[in-house]
Amino acid sequence: MSDKFDVAIVGAGPSGSAAALTLAKAGLSVVVFERGEFPGSKNMFGGVLYTPILEKLVPNFWEEAPLERHIVKRRFGLFSEFSEAAFEFRCEDFNQKPPFNQSFSALRAQFDPWLAKKAEDAGALIIPETVVDDLLWKDGKVIGVKARREGGEIEADVVILADGVNSFLAKKSGLRKDFTWNVLAVAAKEIIALPRGTIEDRFGLEGDEGLAMECFGDVVAGTVGAGFIYTNKETLSVGVACSINAFIDKKIVPNDLLERFKNHPSIRRLIRGGETLEYAGHMIPEGGHKQVPEVISDGLLLVGDAAHFVNASFYHEGTNLAMASGLFAAETIIEAKKKDDFSQRGLKGYLKKLEESFVLKDLKKYRQVEDWAHKNGRFFKEYPDLMLDVLKDYFTVSETPKSVIQQNIVKKLRSQLKPLRTLVELNRFRKSFFSS
Amino acid sequence: MGQILVFSEQRDGKLKRVAFEALGAARQLASQTNATVAAIIVGKNIASEAETLSKKGADKVFVIDDPGFAHYSSEAYGTIIADIAKKEDTSLILMGATAMGKDLGPKVAAKLGGPFAGDCIKLECDAEGKITATRPMYGGKIISIVRSHTNKYQVATLRPNVFSVNEADENKKTVFENIDTLPDLSEMKAVVKEILSSANTKIDLTEADIIVSGGRGLKAPEHFALIEALAETLGAAVGASRAAVDAGWKPHSYQVGLTGKTVSPSLYIACGISGAIQHQAGMSSSKYIVAINKDPNAPIFKIANYGIVGDLFEIVPLLTEAIKTIKNEE
Amino acid sequence: MNIAVCIKQVPATESKIRPSADGKDIDRTGLSFVVNPYDEFGLEEALKIKEQVGKGTVTVISIGEDKTIEALRTCLAVGADQAIHIKDPALSGSDTHAIALVLTAALQKENYDIIFFGKQAIDNDSGAVGIHVAELMNLPHVAVINKLEVSPDDKKAVAHRQIEGGTEVINIDLPAIFTCQKELNVPRYASLPGIMKAKQKPMTIYSLNDLNIATDAVGAEKAMITLDQLSPPEKRTAGTALEGNAGEAVTALVRLLHEEAKIF
Ligand SMILES: Cc1cc2nc3c(=O)[nH]c(=O)nc-3n(C[C@H](O)[C@H](O)[C@H](O)COP(=O)(O)OP(=O)(O)OC[C@H]3O[C@@H](n4cnc5c(N)ncnc54)[C@H](O)[C@@H]3O)c2cc1C
Ligand SMILES: Cc1cc2nc3c(=O)[nH]c(=O)nc-3n(C[C@H](O)[C@H](O)[C@H](O)COP(=O)(O)OP(=O)(O)OC[C@H]3O[C@@H](n4cnc5c(N)ncnc54)[C@H](O)[C@@H]3O)c2cc1C
Ligand SMILES: Nc1ncnc2c1ncn2[C@@H]1O[C@H](COP(=O)(O)O)[C@@H](O)[C@H]1O
Repeated sequence: MSDKFDVAIVGAGPSGSAAALTLAKAGLSVVVFERGEFPGSKNMFGGVLYTPILEKLVPNFWEEAPLERHIVKRRFGLFSEFSEAAFEFRCEDFNQKPPFNQSFSALRAQFDPWLAKKAEDAGALIIPETVVDDLLWKDGKVIGVKARREGGEIEADVVILADGVNSFLAKKSGLRKDFTWNVLAVAAKEIIALPRGTIEDRFGLEGDEGLAMECFGDVVAGTVGAGFIYTNKETLSVGVACSINAFIDKKIVPNDLLERFKNHPSIRRLIRGGETLEYAGHMIPEGGHKQVPEVISDGLLLVGDAAHFVNASFYHEGTNLAMASGLFAAETIIEAKKKDDFSQRGLKGYLKKLEESFVLKDLKKYRQVEDWAHKNGRFFKEYPDLMLDVLKDYFTVSETPKSVIQQNIVKKLRSQLKPLRTLVELNRFRKSFFSS
Repeated sequence: MGQILVFSEQRDGKLKRVAFEALGAARQLASQTNATVAAIIVGKNIASEAETLSKKGADKVFVIDDPGFAHYSSEAYGTIIADIAKKEDTSLILMGATAMGKDLGPKVAAKLGGPFAGDCIKLECDAEGKITATRPMYGGKIISIVRSHTNKYQVATLRPNVFSVNEADENKKTVFENIDTLPDLSEMKAVVKEILSSANTKIDLTEADIIVSGGRGLKAPEHFALIEALAETLGAAVGASRAAVDAGWKPHSYQVGLTGKTVSPSLYIACGISGAIQHQAGMSSSKYIVAINKDPNAPIFKIANYGIVGDLFEIVPLLTEAIKTIKNEE
Repeated sequence: MNIAVCIKQVPATESKIRPSADGKDIDRTGLSFVVNPYDEFGLEEALKIKEQVGKGTVTVISIGEDKTIEALRTCLAVGADQAIHIKDPALSGSDTHAIALVLTAALQKENYDIIFFGKQAIDNDSGAVGIHVAELMNLPHVAVINKLEVSPDDKKAVAHRQIEGGTEVINIDLPAIFTCQKELNVPRYASLPGIMKAKQKPMTIYSLNDLNIATDAVGAEKAMITLDQLSPPEKRTAGTALEGNAGEAVTALVRLLHEEAKIF
């Protein structure tokens, strides 16, 4: 075996494995380094995998991929200390036949190894338990990687950094500047086991139907962030994700916030009797479009979280963008190989693919959401509290005539809302989420 | 049921406690099935111990009192036991799950072609004498029940300190049994040359029988000396909570818990450790847990067999002294 | 010097182990599997001896399902020269006796000077297979060694084994079997070239037929002892709170440790 590969990839998450699979299928020699004991061993996410790109990578993936449930129900809840108001959407169209609505709950410890195995079967060499410490350079070009093992210097025409949100290699390469903390969110999550039937009864599901629920307001101490529950077959993914700033402001640690979430009366009963199987914490790059760094240099491409490709907005959608960017990077390299040009110029097709696809289009569309959220904390605390308070007044049964109740409500709203500010804020909300 | 043989381990001419425990278990099973219990003792200057075996429940005792057999030899001891077992209808052979028993048990089972159950914590048998054994697996994370399908030449080793010992019957007369031929020692291809008494080898956490752990309650790295002194008195390994490790007081190799080591010693002493669920994940399968903590509401007390609410800086040195005193008396 | 190392693939040490729904096995979902850690000491010792002697081969052998090939590959990456994978559907449910029988058949196909085993597999914690094979092959053995010195010229070795409160030093003739304990050595990591070369190293696959063993000589039917029921250990509850001043509490504790827990 020659010691040089066409492509060396750092990280066997969804982005790295998607790239490896595509490259290996095209006959390129690929090596993937993964620091975990096996791909996915330390990886976590909230729990819903969006799959349009996966279908391109592995047609009929649903027949074999380790997926949990297909999402037919989405629920958004607003919480105050003792109340909850929720909006729930369920659609039978999402329940017809695979791939349903291209959204599945999944566990990374199972999904990641499966996708990596696909790449391995196609001919990629996957090397787990191996950290890449550095890039190899020659004349200002990346020519390989240095892995933390004896004999660990490996040359390659192109290196793909698929090493996730913390990618210090991207920093070392100079592509990514040190970003500020406030563009990161921190998440804590538990996997809680419950019998299948219990999950289905509690969440109103049948068979392999699944639910994704996001919770805002007091459940997460009114921080700019959310709690979530996603249903798996025999477990629940239960977690919280908030911006780092929020944690600092509220002087609370993720673990405690998760406990608070789990102990809210509305949440407690959903997870009651469950046994916590795993606990994990992780960061999410939520900076959106303006944080996306340069993603190409001579002999080097950035994909997935390493390039901050996460659509934080409503979706916490990262895996789909990760796989898409991995696919585009691979396609670009396959073309570059034909011309034997792996310079920044030779690889620039990658950016074009990103720009023409949902990856950068979505990030652009939601580019203001993050800013909006941080400037409008009231949407996460004061407004939900007020709204639930009003709903409580409205639903409280007493001898008071309804007309009086309604008047009181209007009074309360008047005294607590500053109409102008609210209007401005609602408009900002509309603009950041719904304008293009 | 055929006879039950008990290999009675001795050290320097003195029977080990586990030999009596095995005898107790044998007697218990024998009383249900009308089996006889024979004990085997091998070594040098051990005849008087044979009588003790008899008083504690052996119907007869095979004595191999021979300087040549003073040191353990898997082959020689295994052959002796297998030969005795074959002389009569033998259903079950018991011994302690000690360093010797863990070697000898499988050896005897292999020689006789019988089933083997190691490190049992409970033993039962049906009317025919087929045993059902309870034994930990997966480092104590699972308790298994295994069932034998034959009542011939079953071999089980018993975890020390679990089975109870019979009262001695002082009037009982010892019935000695003879052994026709002994294995030829000159043919042994593995021979114990010497026994080195243990220098202070550092005990590994995951294998330690006793662990003393310290947490944030120790307040400063130098106070781990208290923990180490107690550990040394007990022949124990030293562990730490993540808080203590994160503070840099001990390297990560000391950490017990979810993201550290999983341990299941006979005794785990937690000093100044609150007992967070992640810490418990690594130590809750310990047989006995002792907690020393000044906060009566610390979660560690919910899983501790014995808890002392108090200041560890006062309690731990007292405990070290008290144990030293006992050990010196023994 | 030709050395064999018998290895078993087991759930990783830090795994959370739970019984399966029917209690007949463990729940294997989400578990990651590794080379039994005690077997790694055997492999390391084999590689060291080979390096010391300067010639010979190190062969790793394992009985297990398809997945076991990963464990064998790991050993090849670390430095073993060749691997033997024994798999056969008839083997499922085998007891120690059958495993030893099959390993013996595979080991007897070659002449090995030393055969290493782990002191126990960390799944069943049985610690029997190596000793059993020694008996079947009529070879001397030392179990649970933490030090080994081999003199290749006169085919002898000195092994140390830990016993309560001391160490037995044992002279032994080769060929011999050893089961390995922790302090024996520090297993090396695979080098990157090692990992890349592992795929090209020879991997022999044997079925029972290849080893001339009848399929009905092994497996669950033939097992003399079988797993009946697996359960999690009992949940702990709060025990005794020791009252009184520090001195009284300590006295009570020492007494309980002595009399009830029988620690000393
Ligand atoms: C709490 C949370 C909830 C989320 N929810 C969702 C969701 O519901 N849906 C969704 O689509 N997305 C979600 N995401 C986002 C999604 O998880 C990520 O966008 C996605 O995993 C990115 O994939 P990746 O391959 O780029 O990076 P990763 O999945 O982070 O993979 C990086 C890999 O590189 C390895 N690695 C890192 N450094 C090195 C090195 N130096 N050497 C070798 N290997 C290295 C790591 O071990 C890892 O395997 C969530 C994220 C979080 C944290
Ligand atoms: C994902 C994750 C993984 C983790 N993994 C681990 C792990 O592997 N191992 C681990 O240990 N932790 C782990 N933790 C951390 C765990 O949650 C706790 O924070 C940690 O165990 C606390 O350590 P401690 O008990 O020493 O400290 P504390 O919780 O601060 O407890 C100190 C205790 O000392 C007592 N004390 C103080 N002074 C005295 C005195 N003079 N005398 C007597 N008692 C005194 C106090 O009452 C208190 O109960 C993990 C956490 C997370 C989130
Ligand atoms: N299926 C197997 N294949 C190869 N070797 C094994 C197998 N099972 C056990 N062994 C070896 O025997 C040792 C002791 O295993 P056990 O008796 O099962 O605790 C292990 O450490 C391995 O070296």
